[in-house]
Amino acid sequence: MPVSLTNSKLIYETLKECDIRLVSALPETWLVHLIHLTDEDPEMTLVRLAKEEEAVGISAGAHFAGVKSAMLMQNHGFLASINGIVSFAHLYKIPLLMLISYRGTFGERDPWQTQGGNVTEPLLRALSIPYSFLDQVETVKKRIRQAQTLAESSLQPVAVLLTRDLMWEE
Amino acid sequence: MLRLDCLRSVYSELESCLVVTIMGAVAAELHSLGHRANFFYLQHAMGLASSTGLGLALCLPEQTVIVFDGDGSLLMNLGTLSTMARYRPRNLVHVVFDNESLLSVGGFPTATSTGTDLEGIARAAGIPHALTVRSVENFRTAVCDAVHGIELTTIVAKVEATGPSGYITDLSLLENRFQFRRHIQSLRKA
Repeated sequence: MPVSLTNSKLIYETLKECDIRLVSALPETWLVHLIHLTDEDPEMTLVRLAKEEEAVGISAGAHFAGVKSAMLMQNHGFLASINGIVSFAHLYKIPLLMLISYRGTFGERDPWQTQGGNVTEPLLRALSIPYSFLDQVETVKKRIRQAQTLAESSLQPVAVLLTRDLMWEE
Repeated sequence: MLRLDCLRSVYSELESCLVVTIMGAVAAELHSLGHRANFFYLQHAMGLASSTGLGLALCLPEQTVIVFDGDGSLLMNLGTLSTMARYRPRNLVHVVFDNESLLSVGGFPTATSTGTDLEGIARAAGIPHALTVRSVENFRTAVCDAVHGIELTTIVAKVEATGPSGYITDLSLLENRFQFRRHIQSLRKA
């Protein structure tokens, strides 16, 4: 599978360095290695979801408990989470670190992903969710750390978009 | 059976638990019995009270977590039953007040009024212990058993579709949220 194991490991190592101890996820192709790494790590709690919006509640519970968490989802999962983001995370000032695989952009071969690609950034902006990109190996660690720092200081959802350039090897 | 009577019957049990409620009548009625720092009222985000309880229960295995859910909220997020069942934290108690109605928004009937069986769905989703209660006495027994028990329990409490005249309390949402988190942090330090 041409999903980058090396770069998935780099992302995972950073999550560990950021003291993330709970990750909620719904499988998607680009996230397979990240989910396996989480599942195999006895220090990490992996919560496999039925739908991504659940992760907003789970991360809120973790935050109340003093545990740092992250959400792994495809951009369509982000679309499916929006009510939870607005009516829980925004309303109650809950920090969320959202790692979103950015499907449906340049290079996308799956026709079914393409609409989601078009609307992801406009929706993030409409929701005033700060976001940045994981697109280069050199900046992965810094970007994730910065996203977590901002989420914790501002008590709001922050997104990093996992791009094809980083996640896919072909 | 009145929801308020059910809540009153277990109010003393709640002192040692972390409590998460849904919005509307459930939040207003629990608040009316006397707010405590260990109560969090999720005043929107229908469906996510149980997910919040799951996050709490997984992160704080030594604490008992009680979620007061409702039929309308649970029907919006039935997947939560399969996720809770997957991890089945033994310290989580999931109470569903089923009044067969979306009471807060005009009393329109939910699907439980036409035969949808939440206990059956919970059991089929894999919740280890699921039961339905129709009297305050049975409610109290079921909640106490679940609090002191050793398996994830969903209790469906059939209640009348009546509630308070208003739902807004004098507790601001953010005050509640920060107080709740601070309370939990104080437990962790103790």
